[in-house]
This record gives sequence, C-alpha cells and structure tokens, in this order.
Amino acid sequence: MTISQLSVFVENKQGSMSGIAEALAEAGIDIRALTIADTTDFGILRLIVRDPENAKKMLQEKNFVVTVNQVIGVEVPDRVGGLAKVLRILDDALINIEYMYDFLAIKEEKAYIIIRVENNAKTVELLQQNGIRCISDEDIVF
Amino acid sequence: MEQYWQKEIETASREQLTAWQNERLVNTVKRVYENVPYYRAQMEKAGITPDDIKSIDDLHKLPFTYKSDLRDTYPFGLFAVPMEQVATMHASSGTTGKQIVAGYTENDLAIWGDICARQLAAVGCEKTDIVHVSYGYGLFTGGLGLHRGARRIGAVALPVSSGNTARQLTIFQDFGSNILCCTPSYAMYLGESLEEAGIPLDKIKLKAGIFGAEPWTEEMRRMIEKKLGLKAYDIYGLTEIMGPGVAYECSCQKGMHVNEDHFIIEVIDPDTGEVLPKGSEGEIVFSCITKEAFPLLRYRTRDIGVVNYETCECGRTFCRMSKPRGRSDDMLIIRGVNVFPSQIETVLMREGHSPNYQLVVDRINNLDTLEVKVEVTADVFSDTVANLTKAEKKLADSIKSLLGVAVKVTFCAPNTIARSTGKAVRVIDNRKLH
Repeated sequence: MTISQLSVFVENKQGSMSGIAEALAEAGIDIRALTIADTTDFGILRLIVRDPENAKKMLQEKNFVVTVNQVIGVEVPDRVGGLAKVLRILDDALINIEYMYDFLAIKEEKAYIIIRVENNAKTVELLQQNGIRCISDEDIVF
Repeated sequence: MEQYWQKEIETASREQLTAWQNERLVNTVKRVYENVPYYRAQMEKAGITPDDIKSIDDLHKLPFTYKSDLRDTYPFGLFAVPMEQVATMHASSGTTGKQIVAGYTENDLAIWGDICARQLAAVGCEKTDIVHVSYGYGLFTGGLGLHRGARRIGAVALPVSSGNTARQLTIFQDFGSNILCCTPSYAMYLGESLEEAGIPLDKIKLKAGIFGAEPWTEEMRRMIEKKLGLKAYDIYGLTEIMGPGVAYECSCQKGMHVNEDHFIIEVIDPDTGEVLPKGSEGEIVFSCITKEAFPLLRYRTRDIGVVNYETCECGRTFCRMSKPRGRSDDMLIIRGVNVFPSQIETVLMREGHSPNYQLVVDRINNLDTLEVKVEVTADVFSDTVANLTKAEKKLADSIKSLLGVAVKVTFCAPNTIARSTGKAVRVIDNRKLH
C-alpha cells in the first residue's frame, strides 16, 4: 500500500527547473504532486506522476539522473487537527519522517500527504491499525 | 650491502659515462637521420646534419621532439627499424587525442629488462624472491616492464596484474610475495584493504615496493610503508622513452638514478627551450641513445624536476633526478600541496563515481580552496538530501585522505561539465595571484 515517487537531480542554477518541466511536458507526463528539497549545491525534485517508470525512462533519455522509490500516501481528514493525529501515531512509534509534502485532494473533505520513512511496510501497518487509510498508485486519479 | 645488477656500469666513472654517451649519441643521430624521414626533415629544417653532432656538447643543436610530433607521425612514423625487426609494441592512452605507440626490438627489450633489473637489485631483490607485479599487463608498459626485469634478475615474476583486490591479498598471504610493483595509489588501496580485512602485517612477507607511473608524495610513501610493512621505492619512466626504469631509486632515496648509459637527461627552461645550468629546476628532456626501434631525441617530457650530479652514497655514479614536481601542464599547488587531477580521478574510479569531473580552485581569505565537481550517477543518486550529502562527504573524505588537502565535493547534473573538442576541461583556477 505505497505509491511510486519519481525523484530528479536538479542543479542549483537558473533554468534547471524549467528544463525539467519542459522535458516532462514533451514526454506527456501528468504531474499530480511535487516538492523540491534544496541545499546550497543541488536540489531534489520529487514528483508523483502518471506512469513513473515510463517517466523515468523518458527523463533518462534526456540525460537526467532519476530514481523511482516507494513512499506512503496517507489520507488525512481535512479538518483542524487531522494532520497532528497522524503524526502523533508515528511519533509514538518512534518512526522518523525523512520528509513529507501535501498532495491534491482527490475526494472532497479529504487531504493527502506523502511521507517518506525508513520502513514502509511497518509504517503502513501501524497507520492502518489506527484506522488511517493509505493509498496506492491505483487510487490516484489523473 | 648495496646490491647492483651491473655494477661496472652503474658505478662507472663520469669520463667513461661521457665516452659512452658521445659514441652512442653520434650513432643514434646518424641512424635516425638515415631511417626516419620525419627526423631527417626536422633536422634539415633546423639546418643541421649528423656531421654537426660530434659529442654530447652538440646535443643542444638538435630540435626537440614534442608529444605533438608523436601524434603527427602516428602510429609508426618515428620507428627507426623495419617492421620485421620490431619484437613488440606498447602504447600509452594519451589523454589528448591519439595514443602513443612505442616499438621495441629484441635488443631494446633486453636493455629494458636490464634497467628494471637494476631497480630490483637496488631494492634488494634476490633470485628466491617473488616479485608480485600488480601493474596492468597489456599495452601499458608497467606490468610487462617490471615482469621482464624480474625475469632478467632470475627472481619469480608473478603476473598478478591490477584489480581483484581480495585476490591480491590472498596471494600476499598464500604465496608470500616479497616485492610489490604497482602504482602508489593502488599500493595505498591495497594497504587500506589489508587493514579492512583485518590481516595483520606478520601474515605477509612484503619487504620492498616499487611504485611509479603517477605522481605521489613523501607523505604517501610513509603511509604506504606503514600500511604494507615494506620499504617503498620510486621508479620513473614513460612509454615514449622506454617505460618504467628510465630512472630508479637506490637505498639512499635521495633522487632517482638516471640510466645514463641508455638515456641522456637535460633540464631546460620550458618557455625558451634553453638548457639550464646544472642544479636548476626545469623541464626534463630525454634522448634515447641505445634504443633501436623507437629512439626519441630530446623528448620534452613536461615533467618539472632537478638533476643532481654529485656521486651518491650508494656508489652509483649515474646522476639523480628529483621526483618530478609534476607535469608542467596539469599540476596544481593547493595550500602548498601538489595535487594532480589524476589522483582525484583514481579515487573517483575506485569509489564508483563518474569520471566526468572538474576541479575549481580559488583563494578565499588567503586560503586556497579546492572544489571537486562530479557528475552525479544513478548509482549515487537518492531521493533524500541526507543520503546525497553523505555520499558527497564520503567522497571528500577519501580524496582528503589521499591528497592531504580538504576538498569540497559538489554533485552536478550529467553532461554539465564543460567539454571542449571532446576533452573535458579539468581545472578552473580562479586564484588571482599576480
């Protein structure tokens, strides 16, 4: 119960992002969510896209360094305190979040977040035991 | 007791050495003039004939041979014998354009064996010793050169070749290798691997190491000696002149003895081409005076060094060249430490990084900084900043442990390191020192 995320190495200089965006457009890739992590030297663009394996291939052909990995998409009640409740569960279980970002709602009154943790299986199981839904690639509406 | 391979030659008087050099130079000039159209044309252009070269005092009249001449005559244009007399060939993968091809006759190979045997004898090699050669075998001169030397001296020539480090360590222990021949960076790596594998030094029998083919420092020498429990010797050579053994270190380790019965060394001003007075630092130039197949005259090595003509305590009379301060065209001095792009390249290769890199040197608050930009590969890339930063730091640490200089590693996107006419621009020096 995880979703595939595409990550792209981005140089920290002007024009890098538009270069990637154009490459994605040329490849006909539909973006559902994105975030960028930046350091002083480089950035990592993380994307949830339709058909990530194909997107990876298309970007590699254009000489981008790309990786696909599994992250957890968590359904969060779209109300005050919804996010805190999810994070409290992880915190109590001493699960460290490497990074997280939000995701466009696919149903009304629902919000989604992407979280990256060390152990996906253990984390998903824990969330489900606590009645929190995790989504898979198939749940994403493009 | 100092050991020699050909004592009467290695300790000959200066008069005797000069007499050999005079006779052999005159003969070689005559031979190349007659047999190598390219050399004849060069000499005609300089307005000289073999009759103008009567002794080594006339050497300066001859035109220089440059690497570009080798490229222009590629592959066999400077061979001075017909192909039926050529016994073998070696080649060096020149970093700029075409490779360099060196031909050898049987006699050339015998001489090469002798000069490598002189090095082996100087490090104390006995007939019962196992000479573990971890230089690459093949067109590269390192492997087969030292192999021939070990054969010549009658020791066991063990052709391990380079790579497969675990196997190298097994052979050290099981065969009891006594003398190791490889590049200094590989010796360092073998030493580190030995430590990592937890193999104590009393399990191996290495007593001496002959390391060359790339620049290295005294610090590296001490580290290699400690890690491998041997005495480390420096050997000098280049494919264009012969391969390893052009000059060799004795037990005194105060410079490398140039095999002057086969090669004449000169030190020149790299800008004007003028021969410099004895003891000056300048570009090293070699002339081959006994080689039959590929006798280069006044070859510009681009190596910067000094030659010492005082007789050495070991008894050898051959002059000694300093460890080259490096190729005049690519060495960097960072905070007083000599840095060669090739050393950094070695680390990149070893740790599975891209060979596409660039060095950016700057001076900030009077302190030199060295940034190593490397194109990131899919193997190294990760979706988390922590992993990528960790990979940068690991590489910076490895480079620092080899060079002794702290560097900053920066990952770049593929194909972003500038390439001009196919060859990467390796160094950008932003220091404004003048």
